[in-house]
Amino acid sequence: MTSAITKNPQAMKKNGRTDDYSDRAKAERRLGWLLAGPAFIIMLAVTLYPIIQAFFDSLYAFRLTAPDEREFIFLQNYVTILSDPVWWRDLAVTALITVVTVAVELVLGFALALVMHRALKAVRGWLRTAILVPYGIITVVSAYAWFYAFDISSGYVNSWFDWVPGIDQDLNWFAQASTALPVIMASEIWKTTPFISLLLLAGLAQVPDELTEAAKVDGATWWEQMRKVIIPNMKAAIMVAVLFRALDAFRIFDNVFIMTNGQYGTEVLSLLAYRTSITRLEIGLGSAVSVLLFACVLLISFIAIKVFKVDLAGNTGGKR
Amino acid sequence: MPGNRRIDQQKKRIRRRPGAVVASSLGLVSLLLSGCGPADSGVPTLTWYINPDAGGQADIAQRCTEEAGGEYRIETSLLPNDAAAQREQLARRLAANDDSLDIMSIDPPFVPELATFLAPVPDDVAQSTTENTLEGALQGATYEEELVTVPFWANTQILWYRESVAEEAGLDMSQPVTWDQLIEVAAAQDVELGVQGSQAESMTVWINSLIESAGGTILESPEASADEIELGLVSDAGREAARIIGTIGDQGLGGPGLATSTENTSLTLFQGESGSFMVNYPFVWPATQGAVEGGSVDQAVLDDIGWALYPRVFDNEETAPPLGGINLGVGASSDNPELAYQAIECIVQPENQTEYFLTNGNPPSNSEAYEDPRIEEQFPMADTIRESLEIAAPRPQSPFYNEISSGLQQTWTPPDEVEPETTPEQSAEFITAVLRGERLL
Repeated sequence: MTSAITKNPQAMKKNGRTDDYSDRAKAERRLGWLLAGPAFIIMLAVTLYPIIQAFFDSLYAFRLTAPDEREFIFLQNYVTILSDPVWWRDLAVTALITVVTVAVELVLGFALALVMHRALKAVRGWLRTAILVPYGIITVVSAYAWFYAFDISSGYVNSWFDWVPGIDQDLNWFAQASTALPVIMASEIWKTTPFISLLLLAGLAQVPDELTEAAKVDGATWWEQMRKVIIPNMKAAIMVAVLFRALDAFRIFDNVFIMTNGQYGTEVLSLLAYRTSITRLEIGLGSAVSVLLFACVLLISFIAIKVFKVDLAGNTGGKR
Repeated sequence: MPGNRRIDQQKKRIRRRPGAVVASSLGLVSLLLSGCGPADSGVPTLTWYINPDAGGQADIAQRCTEEAGGEYRIETSLLPNDAAAQREQLARRLAANDDSLDIMSIDPPFVPELATFLAPVPDDVAQSTTENTLEGALQGATYEEELVTVPFWANTQILWYRESVAEEAGLDMSQPVTWDQLIEVAAAQDVELGVQGSQAESMTVWINSLIESAGGTILESPEASADEIELGLVSDAGREAARIIGTIGDQGLGGPGLATSTENTSLTLFQGESGSFMVNYPFVWPATQGAVEGGSVDQAVLDDIGWALYPRVFDNEETAPPLGGINLGVGASSDNPELAYQAIECIVQPENQTEYFLTNGNPPSNSEAYEDPRIEEQFPMADTIRESLEIAAPRPQSPFYNEISSGLQQTWTPPDEVEPETTPEQSAEFITAVLRGERLL
């Protein structure tokens, strides 16, 4: 396929136009556009257009219920947000949730991937199903389940675990960030570890058996095999899993919305964007929060791809 | 292979009959677009956006449709569960000039914000629908001295108490009681007060009633623009409110769950062993009756429950209980505003309000609706509710209510950190900065 559309480099250099493609290459390019074009246009319509619209709106002081008072204020919304402690507090909470959940999920997910990989054939199907069950549950449902388990008036956690130091019948988990955030993070970890373990399982399956066998023959211990053979060969899968989960975790919304609605210092950036745009109906300010949140997500992707060299296309045979 | 041959034959059959496929697809689409229902009968359909209830509003819609004799038909459309989400949906639809908003059930605090999108109430409708309306409910339907919505049902909080606790404390509950008396009893008897300390709308309800009961007001300039709004939080009334909330929080008198307690959780607390006094809405009565029938609460608890007007802040000053409920508005973009107001006149009839109270537990806004003897039988506290609605004070009536309310919630919680000398001032500074667009909320 790639060779068929190879163009004449000399001709390209000369006039830089596409006239120099062969007829076959032109036909294939046309077919390519016909096949991919509609999807591309829909993608632009549903992603690029809202992004541009949000950026445009973010330059205005615009309240949905007062459309006549709309006023162009250029970057003032961004100045307001970035000079407000609420933004930085929410950013810190979001970053904390992202770092802790991704780190714990990576360790747990790797352990689960190993279990699934090594499990006997007879139980493999059951085991994978059991591990994947939390991932199949709707996030709002799992958030309610965790909320009701820990809630001071309906929960059972306080009475079951009152022998643990720091936990007693009167502990109101959702009344302060120091106890509410661990519950939110635990719920998030429980829910999405299966996803990361699935990605790691795919990576684990790609490590050739010959390598581990050779290491075994050379007398490598289990830990040495893991550190020097398996993990280095899984690096691409691990980095992709971390990037996907980090982006996902950074946009956390449901768990916080259900369990605390952001009260007592548990608000995250997505909730701030929601509350500003949807609850306050401040379209201008809310759009600016959304644009900044988007910029944060782009930054994470940039750091992952450029600094940590996450190779998203390598495994699929794409261009490096 | 036979299987492949069969598929090929099917493909050929499909290819041979493209016209049939297109025709049947078009038929399906037109069937879907027509809603699979009967042909349009020509009767104008009014859509009534209702808040979720036990089916009472749908019943009233049905009755009024029958009474209209073919002049209009009312269809109900369900809004989200909580009041804030109902406001969000209504505001978005109204701002988008949605012409399906013929009739809307609106929570009173959101009336000023939505008022510019509502069709004006005709004088004759205003006259006929507010003839015997209770004072508090009428205030909640009015903005800038004009009736902008029609009161339908009205809600208020009363003081629920355990007779055994009051008796042991020697409180004469036939006389008005003050917050300080309740605090004293709770501290002395090691019982808990049912109040709502969560960072939610219920907190605004509590703060507003305390400030109004103390003779103050949260919003001093209701008609000012966002950057000129003046708040009455830094006042004796504001400090008194902060003192009461702070004392209950600091001394742990609201129970360990106070910082997250809502109307439902404080009811659970009240029904429990440490229950004593609670400020809450009338749903408490049918909910406790239901719990007794379901076996989760003893009959003795129900027998021990008494009620009185909302507590006072000062013993010589009348209380100002919270006001809630539902008003009806008509969207300015509605195709049939006249018919919609005609339908509203039917909906808010005293008989419908009585029936709605009896079946759904939502108190009438019309005093005449309380005269049905079945009400006294089913809701023995109906007179207290009616009296409370006469003196109830609405929450700040401003198009910026949402900012004021959220600002209050964030600065007056958790209750144990509320200080009379600092909280009102910090709260006022924060809310005015938010209104000027200088702070995030």
